[in-house]
Amino acid sequence: MLDKVLIANRGEIALRILRACKELGIRTVAVHSKADRELMHVRLADEAVCIGPAPSAQSYLNIPALISAAEVTDSSAIHPGYGFLSENANFAEQVERSGFTFIGPKAETIRLMGDKVSAIESMKKAGVPTVPGSDGPLPEGEDEEAEILATARRIGYPVIIKAAAGGGGRGMRVVHTEAHLLSAVNVTRTEAHTSFGDGTVYMEKFLENPRHVEVQVLADGQGNAIHLYDRDCSLQRRHQKVIEEAPAPMLDLEARAEVLEACRQACITIGYRGAGTFEFLYEDGQFFFIEMNTRVQVEHPVTEMVTGVDIVREQLRIASGLPLSIRQEDVELSGHAFECRINAEDPRTFMPSPGKVSLYHPPGGLGVRMDSHLYTGYTVPPHYDSLIGKLITWGADRETALTRMRVALDELLVEGIKTNTDLHKDLVRDGYFRQGGVNIHYLEKKLGL
Amino acid sequence: MDIRKVKKLIELLEESNISEIEIQEGEESVRISRHPNGVNWQPSMPQGYAPAPHPAPAAAPAPAESAEPVAAEGPSFQGQAITSPMVGTFYRSPAPGAKAFVEVGSHVKKGETVCIVEAMKMMNQIEADRDGVVEAILVEDGEPVEFDQPLVVIA
Repeated sequence: MLDKVLIANRGEIALRILRACKELGIRTVAVHSKADRELMHVRLADEAVCIGPAPSAQSYLNIPALISAAEVTDSSAIHPGYGFLSENANFAEQVERSGFTFIGPKAETIRLMGDKVSAIESMKKAGVPTVPGSDGPLPEGEDEEAEILATARRIGYPVIIKAAAGGGGRGMRVVHTEAHLLSAVNVTRTEAHTSFGDGTVYMEKFLENPRHVEVQVLADGQGNAIHLYDRDCSLQRRHQKVIEEAPAPMLDLEARAEVLEACRQACITIGYRGAGTFEFLYEDGQFFFIEMNTRVQVEHPVTEMVTGVDIVREQLRIASGLPLSIRQEDVELSGHAFECRINAEDPRTFMPSPGKVSLYHPPGGLGVRMDSHLYTGYTVPPHYDSLIGKLITWGADRETALTRMRVALDELLVEGIKTNTDLHKDLVRDGYFRQGGVNIHYLEKKLGL
Repeated sequence: MDIRKVKKLIELLEESNISEIEIQEGEESVRISRHPNGVNWQPSMPQGYAPAPHPAPAAAPAPAESAEPVAAEGPSFQGQAITSPMVGTFYRSPAPGAKAFVEVGSHVKKGETVCIVEAMKMMNQIEADRDGVVEAILVEDGEPVEFDQPLVVIA
């Protein structure tokens, strides 16, 4: 088992990682920015090191500072959490080169999945269904315009132009008619070059009413890989997930079984190591791979609730060189779970609302889990994203889990700052959401955006 | 002496009615005494790289009043401390065994190197930000330091 882990993150996920480390007897090092001295996990960690001023670029994204902190604390491994440097292949490489274990996949795997074009290519080879598309980057140059037009005609409008270096909703443009295609490609290319330093773009069929369904996997790098079934994260606003659930309701069971197995096999084919998520668009009973996230995700708790598997613990075990603690045949689904992302923001305008939490009171009871770094008196700093907690409920069936969420939301108190709790209270009472199976445009339509 | 032991001693002192504690371990010894303003350090003590983490009770841990590890805590200095611009290891001399850059009482000019913070095998020279006299050196040679940690006080 790893001896000492440096937690290269903040907020609720840092606390989550700290708890998993403590349970395994792993010593913890909490690195933090100047603004984060009072974070819950910093107070609980065995050691704390201030690595820089508040801005992320100089602290949580500061690779030399992180590695230096690992050196002076004599840590064995670094857990990158999610966001920040968790999917930065250079960071993973530097960590390993400096003699520490990077808790995640190998750098080359991160690189492979970070380039969306190569990710799709390897998924196709591994037998995972993908969106009909250009099967590679769009060619550049005036002579190639005919080819681009032909590709779109082959795929069929509407199409979407995507940046290969993008992902998570960034660097994309939808085109409905041929007249707009070439200019859209050029603009997307320019944007991609500016935002990601890489102007490579590709084309896919644009699915008009898909659901976002993703598959959680675990692989130990020793030839064992399992899936932990699926999640539905269709309730999104501006590509940010708002509520997630597991398992995904109302799926074509045959297609689902095929995709789950394909993901599991793909892990073995590409030599995956650690926790990961395959993201799909699901429409008309079919799955279409869009991208893979090579890290632990925000919404991992809903999978933990319905499978009983501690995903962060498995990450630590895998990084320690241990095999998976369960086999695929041991993974059983039980009940249903929801997660509401609680953000420090105005529930209507969505403007961030940092400040001092004068009173924090989390809900409790059977099947209620609150993953949050908040405490009464804690001040939410303005420098980072607004996620301040995740309220997760489990029930023997979907309806019970959703009702439990309604009750729990009514108990949750966060005073002194604004939160989106009222929005969640609205959503759990929404008729269509209660029915299940809403698509990724539903929330924005409901909010009139 | 292990910095963690020192931290534990401070915690013990804070939680008890003891006003002073001295521990000897072989040839090393440390004395920590309580002052009205809070726990004090002897100048030769490594200042450590975090306020001692308080185990947070389930409800409300003490809010953000924990002293900033800057010159305000403990003995008050005339001058101002130069703080570390990075995480690393503090060295008082340019090479092991070489003469230290400065001692307490040394006169320094603005821009003069007073110490080194080493990070990832790179030696970063820390310079005096003004002319003056070295009033205190707050970190021991070879001790780890964090971002913004006060290193050397110049009056």
